[in-house]
Order: sequence, then structure tokens, then C-alpha cells
Amino acid sequence: MATVLRSKIEPVMTQTHAEVTRDIVRTLETPPRSYYLAVFGAVFLLLIGIVTFTIIIKDGLGHSGYNPPVMWSVYITTFVFWVGIGHAGTLISAILFLFRSPWRTAVYRVTEAMTVFAVMTAGLFPIIHIGRQWIFYWLLPYPNQRYLWPNFKSPLLWDVFAISTYLTVSTTFLIFGLIPDVAAVRDKVTGWRRFIYGQLSMGWQGTDNQWRHYSRAYLYLAALATPLVLSVHSVVSWDFASSIIPGWHGTIFAPYFVAGAIYSGVGMVFTLLIPLRKHLRLEHMITDYHFDNLSKLTLLTGSILFYSYSMEYFVSWYSGNTFEQTTFFLRPFGAQWWSGWTMITCNALVSQLLWFRKIRTNLTSLFVISIFINIGMWFERWVIIVSSLSNDYVPWAWGVLNPTWSDWGILAGSFGWFGMWFLLFARSFPIVAIQEVKEMIPMPRLHPDAHGGH
Amino acid sequence: MKMSRGLLAEFASADALVAGVVALESHGYSQLETYTPFPVPGLERRLRLGHSRLPLLVFAGGVIGAILGYGIQWYADVRAYLLNSGGRPAHAVPAFIPATFEATILGAALTGFVALLIALRLPALWHPVFEVEGFESASVDRYWLAVGADDRLFDHNGTRAALDALGPLRVVPIPEMVA
Repeated sequence: MATVLRSKIEPVMTQTHAEVTRDIVRTLETPPRSYYLAVFGAVFLLLIGIVTFTIIIKDGLGHSGYNPPVMWSVYITTFVFWVGIGHAGTLISAILFLFRSPWRTAVYRVTEAMTVFAVMTAGLFPIIHIGRQWIFYWLLPYPNQRYLWPNFKSPLLWDVFAISTYLTVSTTFLIFGLIPDVAAVRDKVTGWRRFIYGQLSMGWQGTDNQWRHYSRAYLYLAALATPLVLSVHSVVSWDFASSIIPGWHGTIFAPYFVAGAIYSGVGMVFTLLIPLRKHLRLEHMITDYHFDNLSKLTLLTGSILFYSYSMEYFVSWYSGNTFEQTTFFLRPFGAQWWSGWTMITCNALVSQLLWFRKIRTNLTSLFVISIFINIGMWFERWVIIVSSLSNDYVPWAWGVLNPTWSDWGILAGSFGWFGMWFLLFARSFPIVAIQEVKEMIPMPRLHPDAHGGH
Repeated sequence: MKMSRGLLAEFASADALVAGVVALESHGYSQLETYTPFPVPGLERRLRLGHSRLPLLVFAGGVIGAILGYGIQWYADVRAYLLNSGGRPAHAVPAFIPATFEATILGAALTGFVALLIALRLPALWHPVFEVEGFESASVDRYWLAVGADDRLFDHNGTRAALDALGPLRVVPIPEMVA
């Protein structure tokens, strides 16, 4: 048993196997009015995004606030924001599975769904940003009558592969984990719902042969998803780091981005999980124990960010390079000083509150902190992208970017798109892993001296 | 007497199930199958299941992904369309690594998923055990043990007696497929 990592707050496992199934299947019953309101809210935001996108397709990117030299702005910022969100989900579902971390069990399905929908959202942004959205497939290498092939020496193309692989593998992982749980739902519901869940479970029976292959394959998928946590955001960071723009050209970027991604992702987990657990009445399954551990993960990655921010400033000063020094001076004291301070406050400073156990186990304070994290991490990407592009090597070409309605419309639409899928998922599929939670419960035994179980 | 595909016994605990499997195997039964809500430790050894071929397949999928990933990049940038990108060589090995890495993971993961479905014989939307009333508990908190009618020792009354001796909640026949 993992005594090393044990905190004073222990998991409470007082339920029987039948109660676990009952409580989780209950979350799939006809939802209350508040749920429909939330879905309508998400769809409304999505409609704003769709209308904005339609206008952009018709008229072009001139509506967005691009202002040379700042030709990457809100869309790329939001792209990096959503990709980053996904990483915490894969960390919790795959890496903590390999580490046999007991607190992962009750929360991993939520985080995995979050990953899939966040990456699905992120994937839209490069397409919106390229300007001629209807020929986005030119990014893919295939023989064509143009006699052109993509340039694989560009990190932007690595990104195409990183994101599409990440989306495919995390979707596979999510579906895979759902098979036995959907079968458990099939066995509890009746009528047309039984038919649908029966089809989706693919006829899972739970034979020993099935479990044996299943456990094996789950391990492999976890092991394969693990390097993606580290590689995908590293590739995203190289979109920036492999250029010579001051503020981007840093070797620290890959680990710095990965830590930031996990930090922002756990923030989003809090934002989603705290209302969801109350709404679905799962307080007895997702407890202080889980939030305490999630908070420690936030504290760790937040502190790595704190270090990375300090190191960025130190290196820019120590490099003796005027342009680097100017860029980093202008972040907190330039035209958009507020964005620089938002980033430092929300990420480096607010995360340090989690040293206190009182705050780690107080859901109100955690929810407020998680909103700060979401805002802070969006602004981190904004600062890195926009402030660096604003002030490069030729001062007469400096420029300031001001986002327009189309930037905000697309940003709102992305939250609607993500929220809609997440809300629909939460009420259609078991949001807590039934089978794995049962494995955590000590089994009733015939012989008290018999040893087994996990 | 109506033909059946075998007999099913329902147990209240995983220990009782494992004990049942051990007892029947010592009698010489070989066509045993268990149905449990989660993997029960110790069963796979009892049922003498062979080694899984999944690791090899996943590895092969990764290798194929890597070769395809690198091959496409090499063909595109070295053969089909030479592009001078900052004076780098056409065959820029370090620049080809990230996409190759992603293709490796993709190949391995997709192979693993497809190979698993084949190994589990899924999707299989119907199975005779689904016709047994109350079998839904196999995904909740009951542990079922089936003895196939194709077992050498299978004899409806004798096998029923052997199963009854294990202290199950009940013993039921698996119905023959309805034509």
C-alpha cells in the first residue's frame, strides 16, 4: 500500500458494490431544470461563436484585431489554453494509473472527458486562425494535384500531428474505460435506454478472459497516453521556442509549458467537479480526500510555474540581450501591464495559498481559486504570445494588439462548445468509474484469513 | 429433457467463486467460464489462461506507425517537394522526430484497441447468458460461474449436484439459442 503519500485525510469507503452501481446509475436519470438551463447557456454561447465564425468565413480575418507585427493573438492564445486544459486529464487518468494512485479512481472519468472535449475545442482554433478555413486539409500530407507537400521542418506541422494523435488516443482511452461501465448501466436500465447502452457496451459480459485482456490493454493504453502528456504541450511550446522572437526563444519552454498545462487543467477540473459533484449528489464518492490531493497537484505545478516565471526574468536579464530585457521589462510595465500582472498574480501567487490545508479542503475557496487559475492561465498565453510579438527587434515596427468583437465571440463560442459536450456527457455516461471504484472496496470474504484484493 | 448450453451458478462473493472454480477443476472440469463485475484476483491462474499476445501486437503497431510516420515525411520533404528551409538539409532527421514519435504512439494505441476488441470477441451484441433472468447482477455485486455443455464431464444432473455442493445462491441452465 502507498503509505508514503498518505495524507491525514483518508478515503471513506463505506458503500457496498450495489450502492456504487445504484448511486452512479442514478446520475443518468431525467435531469432537473437547472441542468437544462446550463445546457441552454452553453448552446447560446456556442451560437455566438457560430455566428462570429460565419461572418469571419464570409469576410475574412480582417474582423479580428490583427495588427502587424502581432499576427497571432486571441485564437492562438485560446488554442494553447484549451490544449493545456486537456493535459491534467491525461495526467490523472494515465500517469496516476501507472503510479497506482488510489485517489485517481473516483475523479478520472471526469478529467478524461474534460481532456477529450478540451482537445476537441482546441483543434478548431488553428483552423479558424488560418484564414481560409475551407482548405484546412492542405495541412495533411497527401498526394495532390498542386504538387505541394507540407514542410515537416516546421513545428506548426508537428503540432498538427501532436494534436490529432492526442485527440485520437485520449478518445480511445475514454471509450475503452467506458465499456464495462456502460455494460453495468445496461444491466440497470430498461426499455430503449437498455437497448442503446446495450449497443454501446458492445455486448460486454465480464468473463475472466475479457477482464484479463482488458486490464492488460488498459495498462498499455495508459502507458501510451503517458508520453503524450509530456510531448504534446512540448510540441506546442516549440511553435514559439523555435523562432527567434524575444520572449519566445527559450530552452525552458517545453517543461514550463507542460507544468502550466497541468496547472491550468487541474484548475478546470475544480471548476467542473465542484458544481458537478453537488448537482449529481456524489459527495460521498468525491470527497475532501480527492480535493486535497488535486490541490497538492495544483500547488506543485503552480510552484513550478513560479520558478519558470522567475527563471525567464533572470535569464533575460543575465543574457545581456537588450531586446530580451526590453520584452520582459514591458510585460509588467508596458502598454499591457495589466495582463502581465494578471498572469503573475493568478498563477504564481494565488497557487501558493494551497499550502494551507484549510484552503485545500474548503470547496468555496477552491472554486474561487480555480476561476483565478483559468483566467490567469489564459492571460499567461496572451502575455507570451502578444507581448512578445508586440516588441521585437525593430522598435519602429512595434505595435499593440487590441482584440475585437470577433475575437471575443470566438472565445465565448469555445466555452459554449466545450460546455455543451461536457454537460451532455455528464448526464449520459457514468461520470465515475463504476468498476474501478468497486475494485477499491474491500470484498466481503468467506474466509477471514484469505488474502487478496487490492 | 430440453437441451441447454450448460449450467450457471450464482455466488455472493468472489471467494466463493474462486473456491468453486478450484473445486470443479479438481473434479476435472475444463469448460469453465466466470462472469464478474470487476477482475477477480487469482482467477486467471485458476482458469489456466494462456499468455496474452497483446504486447507483441501493440509493439508491432508502434513500429509500423514509426515507419509510416518517418516514411511519409521523408517522401514529402526529400523526394517529392524539396524546400529550402533556412538552409537546413532536405533530410532533416531531428525535425522529423516529433511527428514520427506521435505516429508511433498513434499506431500502437489504435492497434491495441482493435486487437483488444478482436481478443474479446466484441462487439457481440447477444450472448445466451443474457437470456438468464437475474444475470444483470453479474455487473453489480454477484459472481457467476458457468459450466459449458461441451465439457467432457458435463452431465445435467451430475453437474448440477456438483454446483449445488459449492453453496451457490442458485443454479440455472443457460438456455439454448432461440431460432
